[in-house]
Amino acid sequence: MSESVSFFSRLSGVRTPHRKDTADMQAVVMPAPATVLVPMSMNIGAPAVPCVGVGDHVDVGQVIAQPGGFVSAPIHAGVSGTVKQIEDFMMTNGRTCQAIRIESDGLQTMSPDIKPPVITDILSLLDAVRASGAVGLGGAGFPTAVKFSIGDKPLHAIIINGAECEPYITSDTRTLLDRQEDMFYALEILKEHLHPERIVFGIEKNKPQAIASLRGSAPAYAEIKALPSIYPQGGEKVLIYHTTGRTVQEGKLPIDAGAIVLNCTTLAFLGQYFKTGCPLVSKCITVAGAAVARPQNVIVPIGTPIKDVFDFCGGFREGHPPVKVLYGGPMMGIAVPDLNVPVLKNTNAILAMDEKESAIPEFTQCIRCGKCLLHCPLGLEPRSINAAYEHKDMQALQKLHAGLCMECGCCSYICPARRPLTQLNKLAKAELIAWQKQQKEGK
Amino acid sequence: MDTSSGLFVVSANPHIRTPRTTASIMLDVIIALCPVTIAALFLFGWRTLAVVLTSIAVCVLSEFIFNLIAKKPRTIQDLSAVVTGLILALNVPVGIPLWQLALGAVLSIVVVKGLFGGIGQNFANPALVGRIVIFLSFSSAMAAPTQDFASLVGIDMVSSATPLSQLNQGDPSSFTFVQLLFGTYGGMLGETCSLALLAGLVYLLIRRVITWHIPVSIIGTVALCSLIAGRGVVADLLSGGLLLGAIFMATDYATSPVTKWGKIVYGVGIGLVTMFVRIFCVFPEGISFAILLFNILTPYIEKLTFVRPFGVPKGGKRHE
Repeated sequence: MSESVSFFSRLSGVRTPHRKDTADMQAVVMPAPATVLVPMSMNIGAPAVPCVGVGDHVDVGQVIAQPGGFVSAPIHAGVSGTVKQIEDFMMTNGRTCQAIRIESDGLQTMSPDIKPPVITDILSLLDAVRASGAVGLGGAGFPTAVKFSIGDKPLHAIIINGAECEPYITSDTRTLLDRQEDMFYALEILKEHLHPERIVFGIEKNKPQAIASLRGSAPAYAEIKALPSIYPQGGEKVLIYHTTGRTVQEGKLPIDAGAIVLNCTTLAFLGQYFKTGCPLVSKCITVAGAAVARPQNVIVPIGTPIKDVFDFCGGFREGHPPVKVLYGGPMMGIAVPDLNVPVLKNTNAILAMDEKESAIPEFTQCIRCGKCLLHCPLGLEPRSINAAYEHKDMQALQKLHAGLCMECGCCSYICPARRPLTQLNKLAKAELIAWQKQQKEGK
Repeated sequence: MDTSSGLFVVSANPHIRTPRTTASIMLDVIIALCPVTIAALFLFGWRTLAVVLTSIAVCVLSEFIFNLIAKKPRTIQDLSAVVTGLILALNVPVGIPLWQLALGAVLSIVVVKGLFGGIGQNFANPALVGRIVIFLSFSSAMAAPTQDFASLVGIDMVSSATPLSQLNQGDPSSFTFVQLLFGTYGGMLGETCSLALLAGLVYLLIRRVITWHIPVSIIGTVALCSLIAGRGVVADLLSGGLLLGAIFMATDYATSPVTKWGKIVYGVGIGLVTMFVRIFCVFPEGISFAILLFNILTPYIEKLTFVRPFGVPKGGKRHE
């Protein structure tokens, strides 16, 4: 199997602007906010279940919610203080989950239960990772312990995702530069218990400092791969293909192609956790966008309302009020309704866009330029998927493999007619999945 | 936008877009056509200007009026009607009666484009159909290119035979390479100056308006056929409407395949039919008919060249 792919077989994508102006700024620790709101659903899979009651006192790092199933993760308090309320919280996808509101006492007392995990074998590793509350911190939020539960499937490579292909975001860049010790510490342990044939860092070339620094400091077994800055380089399937030449087949998981992809910040967190035992209680996020007064990287307790984070960054720029606010980058980020929503485990950035940046373009007729097809990393045909969806032609959607769409946004980004291709692909995907389920049940 | 309520704009990803729009692409096509238009002005004189302006004005006006009558949103700002008008003008001789040109322009925009649903929906290249209709209806005007004004700019023109008609009669030698390159001979306005057309191609490729697949496969196929048939390869490539067709007309988005292999199949097909017409038919030039034929075949070519998405096994069952 080829180690890396040639120029000609590279997957497609788009060249977005980078706007990584905060890349040179070390992350600043933000003081504990007055209250935090911690939603129970911060990972893919089942939401966690609260295990504290109203009025309880909690310390930083204390478990406040237990995993709600196998694909789930526990949640720990990010501040010390008192549980004020357990309330309903509407997530950005419109569904509701429970959320724990904690009033901070401002002391940030660490929980006495925190001690480094004892890892002797794969089982104790999985237990420790599970107890840490780790989920994919790059944005996906997939429980890390589940990712490591590979059974006896052969593991070809652990791929450390440092691509950070979204514009604006630099929190992973900072991890790659500032938290190398933590990353290498975690790699030693993962290497010992998961036995990967290779460990590869995939980093976009727009982070030359990080690449150079890691090439000097990384242990000999870790390969540092510089990848072209083409969005979505950090998409899981794209990254696996471009670092190992392996293809994740339709409907399969990365491990079926012998790969585990781990975001570099997740890796750094694991290292720090293995060392100190401090679970996932805070998050480094990039605060940026044209409406932000002082864009920077900030380390905040999980559950901090984004309003407090923006306030910490000097609030909003004079004459540039925020019109659209995002969790994550501008390509895949999710627009939030107001500033009361909290920083989640998988939040890597919050962007406040001003009126100019937020303008939703009017779309015109498709001119059949074929750019959506040319730029789809997975070789899908967004315009045909859109047409099939509009005709509610499920067979056609199936033939077009609409279910493969990873919603990266390239098609909408590149469309000169400004058609909302990604949005319609999402809808098409949802309907196709429902239809396929129905078909299966019918048989 | 009202943000006093504390609520923000919510929309689906992505939240940024390329600066490229339909209009900017069309503007690039117009820019790419500038060298050949200017060359035509030099080669065929000031009447060129009248022809070009009439064609563009009629196209834009017909689209504007059509949209009004059909109660459709105004679309002339996307500049596609300007492109159609310009390409049509480059496809007629300088001496064409302007009413004939206007008729062709109205037909291109209203019948071929408007009635089929506007931009992106036409089944054939509008300017191409305009050319063919004018050519078939008023063949006397189209067949006798005049260069009344050329002498004004002091260029020595061959006014009777075109390189292609000579070539078709088995006489490849009377035009020099330089003549073919600069287009100092009779023909349609935008057909003769190969150098300007190639400059346009380079611009379109650099600006990524088109990919290389269609022009290269057409030109390559024609070159190969010409070589096999023992004709003058250079004359076959640089004369007639080949370059204008291969670069600016066969690459029309709406009527060419979107898939890479589809573009190649389409290009090779156009090249083959062009040479078939040139060698075996009574018409001296076949590129228009070749493009028209493959415009119509485009949906089938696309179907045949469906791309297997990443991670879908070869020949495997697509789904349960």
